[in-house]
Amino acid sequence: MSDVGRSRTHAWLVNGALAVIALLSLAPLAWMVSVSFMPRGEASHFPPPFLPSMATLDNYRALFATTGVARNFANSLLVSGAITVLSLLVNTMAGYAFAKLRFAGRERIFQLLLAALVVPAQVAMLPLFLLMKQLGLVNSYWGVIVPAMATVFGIFLVRQYARSIPDELIEAARIDGAGELRIFFQVVLPMLKPVLVTLAIFTFMGAWNDFMWPLIVLTDQAHYTLPVALATLSREHIMDVEMMMAGAVVTVLPVLLLFLLLQRYYIQGLLLGSVKG
Amino acid sequence: MRASLAGWMFAAPALVVLGVFFGLPVLAALLLSLTDFDLYALADPDHLCFVAFDNYLELLRTPMFWKALGNTAYFVVVGVPLSIAASLGAALLLHSPLVRLRAFFRTALFAPVVTTLVAVAVIWRYLFHTSYGLVNWALGHVGIAPVDWLGDPRWAMPTIMLFAVWKNFGYNMVIFLAGLQAIPQDLYEAARIDGASRWQQFVHITLPQLGPVLLVVGVITISGYFQLFAEPYVMTRGDPLQSTVSVLYYMFEEGFKWWNLGRASAVAFLLFLIILAVTTVLLRFGRRKALV
Repeated sequence: MSDVGRSRTHAWLVNGALAVIALLSLAPLAWMVSVSFMPRGEASHFPPPFLPSMATLDNYRALFATTGVARNFANSLLVSGAITVLSLLVNTMAGYAFAKLRFAGRERIFQLLLAALVVPAQVAMLPLFLLMKQLGLVNSYWGVIVPAMATVFGIFLVRQYARSIPDELIEAARIDGAGELRIFFQVVLPMLKPVLVTLAIFTFMGAWNDFMWPLIVLTDQAHYTLPVALATLSREHIMDVEMMMAGAVVTVLPVLLLFLLLQRYYIQGLLLGSVKG
Repeated sequence: MRASLAGWMFAAPALVVLGVFFGLPVLAALLLSLTDFDLYALADPDHLCFVAFDNYLELLRTPMFWKALGNTAYFVVVGVPLSIAASLGAALLLHSPLVRLRAFFRTALFAPVVTTLVAVAVIWRYLFHTSYGLVNWALGHVGIAPVDWLGDPRWAMPTIMLFAVWKNFGYNMVIFLAGLQAIPQDLYEAARIDGASRWQQFVHITLPQLGPVLLVVGVITISGYFQLFAEPYVMTRGDPLQSTVSVLYYMFEEGFKWWNLGRASAVAFLLFLIILAVTTVLLRFGRRKALV
């Protein structure tokens, strides 16, 4: 075979293999969307149909009318939104402090935070539940929000980025008589914008997709976030494939769209976060 | 002085949240694991007794704990190499200069990572349905009889592994891709001049150059896979024949179904120690090979 021929075959192989992997990656999601538009019972046939014989919105109507998913959707939005806003503020302040403000014990505390990364979150969950019970936060939105208001990952991410802010800039603002809060909000925050976008997407998606802690701390359907509600529903309505797929679409779509719109920031954050080792 | 005070003020909210809602509970978990905290103690703390290491010793005598540990180890030992191989393979393909539509492929392969685990687990449950699932239908075309994926104790865990690989491979793929881009091109050119084959280049340049990245990815993936929980919770509820009960699933049931919080805390701590031991050994090994 000639060199040109060989490299052309090679190009076919590489692109063909990628096309197959892409198909495998996307097929379950495409199937979910397709089935969610099928008339009731259609997916439970053999051979399994790929496309609805007649596209219908009935499953979405039934889902919202009979299961309270609208409420769960609002819960997820509220909880994830609150976690994103609050943790962004708290983590950014701390990240900035660890990067730019000298205070006694700073390095030691930061080392301690990094060391805490090795402890799986689930170790804390049992006592955390008892604590939440004492505070009266079991089965409340705050029960999900409060423990997520600060993360080591977020602090680390902001600190890495904030270290590149020139000290002179902060010093100059101080000499001009600006207070520390004003320096933070007017000088530092604008410079941190890219990392804030990254952290916001990460936090929102993480909160939206989170399962184990909301499952533990939320105890009734009216307070469930979408993943918890979907897990429960899928057990009750196991035969109702079409409606469950409508539920899956409603759950997955917001984060998938967010990712598609802002994936550049998301990938950046992933790479920044993984070099922490 | 002013900066020092400001530093504390700015760090305080985060430190308070992490201290009260993470640090404190972790310490409390350690103490809790040394008590017989159960449903009665939950109602009336006077029932609480210090039992030293009884919870741990009892766990080591509980067949179900060993079963859960065995299932989790099976998931980690097979699932992690499979995941990393899939990530590395996909990254190598995407890195090839021959790829068209690179951005599209990268996004498509990464998409499962950002999806909600519970939702896609529900999808997979239907895709792997014995009679109506697309997977058995597709296998039927190559003459493979229907498999009861999630109902057969031999197949349930492998199905969950496949699911985990599908869901996660994009994450490490992106990290590998960044690692591949950082390898100096002249290394390959020099090897080509010396007549090295593609495979030789992979073994003698790509793999060693990726060493540190591989180590980080390995540590992150192993500790993540040890924390298997939502997949069996949604797909199998630990069945069939408890073949998919993971350590965390066992902890969840002990803690929040039977309210044996003392015992459950001991389970959590044992898992933590195991993860710590395995990742420490891996890092030691990496250090000896001078990877980091």
